[in-house]
Amino acid sequence: MNQLIVGLGSLGLIGLIVWWFFGKPKSTITNAETTATGQMVRITVSGGYMPNRIQLKRGVPAKLIFTRQDTSSCFDEVVLPDFGIKTKLPVGQAFEVTVDPAKPGNFKYSCGMNMFHGEIIVK
Amino acid sequence: MSTRNLFFLSTILSLPLAVSMFGIELPGGAYTMAILATAVQFGCGWRFLMGAWHAFLNRAANMDTLVAVGTLTAYLYSVYALGSGKAMYFEISALLITFILLGSWLEDLTKGRASKAIEKLLGLQAKDATVIRNGHAVQVPVEQITVGEIIMVKPGEKVALDGEVVEGSSSVNESMVTGESLPVEKQPGDTVIGATINQTGTFKFRTTKVGQDTLLAQIVELVSRAQASRAPIQKFADTVSGFFVPVVLILAILTFDIWYLLLGASVTTALLYAVAVVVIACPCALGLATPTALMVGTGRGAKMGILIKSGEVLESARDIKYIMFDKTGTLTNGKPVVTDIVGDDHGKIIQTAASLEAASEHPLATAILEQAKTEKLPVQPVTQFEAVSGRGITGKVDGRPSLIGNRTLIEDHQIEIPYSAEMSKLEAEGKTVMIVAEARQVLGLIAVQDQPKANAPAVIAELKAMGLEPAMITGDNERSARAVAKQLGIKKVVAEVMPGEKAGEVTAFRTRGKVAFVGDGVNDAPALAGADLGIAMGSGTDIAIEAGGIVLVKNDLADVVHALKLSRKTFGRIKLNLFWAVIYNLAGIPLAAGALSSFGFTLNPAIAGLAMALSSVSVVTSSLLLSRSKI
Repeated sequence: MNQLIVGLGSLGLIGLIVWWFFGKPKSTITNAETTATGQMVRITVSGGYMPNRIQLKRGVPAKLIFTRQDTSSCFDEVVLPDFGIKTKLPVGQAFEVTVDPAKPGNFKYSCGMNMFHGEIIVK
Repeated sequence: MSTRNLFFLSTILSLPLAVSMFGIELPGGAYTMAILATAVQFGCGWRFLMGAWHAFLNRAANMDTLVAVGTLTAYLYSVYALGSGKAMYFEISALLITFILLGSWLEDLTKGRASKAIEKLLGLQAKDATVIRNGHAVQVPVEQITVGEIIMVKPGEKVALDGEVVEGSSSVNESMVTGESLPVEKQPGDTVIGATINQTGTFKFRTTKVGQDTLLAQIVELVSRAQASRAPIQKFADTVSGFFVPVVLILAILTFDIWYLLLGASVTTALLYAVAVVVIACPCALGLATPTALMVGTGRGAKMGILIKSGEVLESARDIKYIMFDKTGTLTNGKPVVTDIVGDDHGKIIQTAASLEAASEHPLATAILEQAKTEKLPVQPVTQFEAVSGRGITGKVDGRPSLIGNRTLIEDHQIEIPYSAEMSKLEAEGKTVMIVAEARQVLGLIAVQDQPKANAPAVIAELKAMGLEPAMITGDNERSARAVAKQLGIKKVVAEVMPGEKAGEVTAFRTRGKVAFVGDGVNDAPALAGADLGIAMGSGTDIAIEAGGIVLVKNDLADVVHALKLSRKTFGRIKLNLFWAVIYNLAGIPLAAGALSSFGFTLNPAIAGLAMALSSVSVVTSSLLLSRSKI
């Protein structure tokens, strides 16, 4: 009986892991706010990037303001390879990263070890 | 609290638990153990729990997830065991956290060293400079200095910005920016580079570049971009890291099931194997393999004056078949010089030639005038000067009818040419031969050539030894191009190419195999972009940011070899790191799951955690060793 419970429990747990981690719905796109100097998006860093899909207007200077709440070393750095940016993110502070969305397209960004991802859509 | 302090605190709290592993009972027994383990789990290990929780809420998993699941399983089971009188494993959860904190601390230290290059470059920038304003020397912060100002530099001082020497002379140590090991002499008219150090004399220079336009700022920008770039080989690690942690969690559940359900082991034994699987797996080693090697490789390159623009460039450099050089200014000095004078009176030949050439704008004229200057022969007045297109020059030098030109010009004037054999020999060597005549008599021959750089043959030989086939492209005629190529040991020659046709020729050459093109970044930009790998040789304070995958700050041909070796070594290190990270996980997980238990080999979960902590440290250390490898 114990064995049956353990077996079923394991299967259930595996199912939960698969559903929770691999069945994640695609997140919605957040548009940048227009400011006097260009456009701006606030991104909270806590177990990932929130929002993690942002849309910028092409040709308008953009500020991405990262606020890192997560002390996990995974988030020590944020890397935006297509914009040539790799920078450290301080914990508990709003940290500004300026990008020049000159070209249209979808550009990935990630943590230093490329475990957590975000996407910048330039239109 | 810093990772280092947390590690020390965790060590102090875990030590009594470690001692208890050897059968020594602690005062207060199991309850003391529970208190100590709780302090480590929720005090020192709080960051892992929070990291895992934040990721979980975001439906993601990371390293913290593995640490949290592994340690919490051991801890909670021990709490249950405490209540039910079974065997406890408080020491495992506490030691795991201690070892992982040790790994994080070491990783921070090594990662810090790997990413020092940009900080070092930024640290080179001068803070202020002595500016001459209204005839007075004033100390001005460097950010307030504008283009066109005059700056005075004394011995031992830093050259604040890029500029051109206007007064005085000195030797300057440029090694920190260009990688040039020998001091460079500076005279009025020479360019100076910001952040270099003046050594012997005092001089003044006019600023030509400030702020983001300086060579140092451009180098910092380029290296920063390279370090933020990704190498295509990383794609594999990126794909794996996307599902790594959930898969490990599933493997741990399966390990428990196999031991408990199929092999009939106790819950405790099955649980310990499952915990070991969770804590031995290390996605960090995979994630660190490429960026750390890229950081060290590009940082070392910057120190040597070799700027590798991205991870993609490293991959391109690995399977290059042909290395094609632009001839003029790259393989040669880019400045024709007089190499031979044939005739009885060398002085008269040069003086007559220089007098005629003084009014000419032909590039070869400079070589002859330079020779006359060296031999201290004054230029004589010329009347009835006439430049005969494609042939030469005629005129009266000091009243005597004279001419300098090619064979056709002499034949047009029906003058007999006495030095035919010598002329043919010089022409066969790829030299441009001019005949000098006076009063219908040939005085002699002058041969001019843009000579190969002194180290060019050695560089070509080394590239061949590396398995590359050198080629040369030039606008020169076939015969002189082949003559220079022969001197250098180059067999493949593309001659008589107009400047605008170079890019097309490079593209055509790519049908034979992957081509690296070496040229100057300004004139050869299309050809550099058209090659599989463009290597732009720098000149002065302009580095071609847009052209080429590799930029050589100083104009030294040997850096082509260094750049290719560094690229290959860095890429090799990335492959080695990735291989190690994959093998570690592939071998470690079955080992932790007890695959070799029938041979008596099992892994204590605490040791599995130590292996995990050290695996990422070993990847970063391997990358750091790149800075010591021989280039």
